[in-house]
Amino acid sequence: MLAGADLFSIPFDVPPYRLSGAVYGTLLNHRSALAALGPAVHQPPYHAPPNAPVLFIKPRNTLARSGDVVRIPVGTPELEVGACLGVVIGRTACKVPEPRALDYVAGYLIVADVSVPHASYHRPSIRFKARDGFCPLGPTVTARAAVVDPDALMIRSYLDGVLVHIASTADLIRPAARLLADITEFMTLAPGDVLALGAAGPAPRVRSGQTSRIDIDGLGSLSNPFMDAAA
Amino acid sequence: MRRARVAYAGAIHDASPIASSPSDREDLRLADGRVVAAEQVVWLPPFMVGTVFALGLNYADHARELDIKRPEEPLVFLKGPGTLLGHRGVTRRPAGVGFMHYECELAVIIGRPAKQVARAQALEHVAGYCVANDYAVRDYLENWYRPNLRVKNRDGATVLGPWFVDAADIADPATLGLRAFVNGQLTQQGNTRDLIFDIPSLIEYLSAFMTLSTGDVILTGTPEGVVNVTPGDVVACEIDGLGRLVNTIAADSEFGR
Repeated sequence: MLAGADLFSIPFDVPPYRLSGAVYGTLLNHRSALAALGPAVHQPPYHAPPNAPVLFIKPRNTLARSGDVVRIPVGTPELEVGACLGVVIGRTACKVPEPRALDYVAGYLIVADVSVPHASYHRPSIRFKARDGFCPLGPTVTARAAVVDPDALMIRSYLDGVLVHIASTADLIRPAARLLADITEFMTLAPGDVLALGAAGPAPRVRSGQTSRIDIDGLGSLSNPFMDAAA
Repeated sequence: MRRARVAYAGAIHDASPIASSPSDREDLRLADGRVVAAEQVVWLPPFMVGTVFALGLNYADHARELDIKRPEEPLVFLKGPGTLLGHRGVTRRPAGVGFMHYECELAVIIGRPAKQVARAQALEHVAGYCVANDYAVRDYLENWYRPNLRVKNRDGATVLGPWFVDAADIADPATLGLRAFVNGQLTQQGNTRDLIFDIPSLIEYLSAFMTLSTGDVILTGTPEGVVNVTPGDVVACEIDGLGRLVNTIAADSEFGR
């Protein structure tokens, strides 16, 4: 199904949790993800570890709900699912100071950053990350007040019910508040924008017929079956 | 037909030009009948903007200018809604940077959903065109997910307008001259005939792996001739038949920094 058009019928489409449709993702913000690159970060084409946050955009055609089928493109054996904590912006955030950054957050949700696996972080094609339905998120927005500490949440990834990966937001290089401060220095975030804080490495890979589920403490479960596009 | 979206006297309006062809005269007739001068309104991006695609290195001369060989696949990146700005807007140049430049580009606006559209049918999915100015601050370029958002996705970095021009009014989008002026001095010149990946190719390419929707816009890239701009500079981008998009560069101090 076409995910983007359904965005505005999702259950969290209620102020102050209305999503704008803008979803920003962060890469290499989990210690394990950066560590997985090893000495390559100092070699061409990178030459040096990232300085600013490594960001990307999940456009509106990628947005999907829990339960939606993720289609695996023809010729691709499996997809990568980056399990992320997502921050939902509550009010206009421009140049927010780190100590007050979380005041700008309406709530949290789970973001599955689905990608066609690709080795290079240099200048990857958007066809790896921007395909229809490649950004399930939800299952709902949990209010900020209900999350005691966004920097101490366990993220568990399951394939067909079997735990395959576990990570903690405590291991983010830039925790939520710091990331918001660094990003809003140059780009304003608007109410309903989502910022995914970054997945741990190595991200689980999912094949056709399998179901991915991501649980984050207090935020519920985001579950999506994966099927070949041709099926 | 050309149309604009403007804020005036407490509301947002659709507006149309008084003059019958793009010219320096930008007086407007609002949908409710009022006639207003260009200076009296706040110009917004002229349509409801969806996903913003932008092309890197899509003119052979600009690719040469940056010393990069012609790409085999379109180099597409995405821009967020926070970067959008209308005609006569102001874009901040951060203090301490050495190279911030404009990029005059033809923007192609999708008019109906496009999924796996063949080249031959691609233009049927185009609603219209406008001028775009896609700013970059090159000092912040890093080698991770280029061009990184700090270079290209800054507030006010994606200027669109002044007009949304119906596709029917543009006889051939593949032969449009583009020009940029800094303080009245011609600095950039090109023609869409020199696009490496032309409009039908870009729609075919993108729609092969994702669905394009109404309001999505493709900024097709910029020719050679980008130069540094500093606070106070007035940058005007012109495209044949689409009008002249004006933007002013401002210093941090104007933004309370």
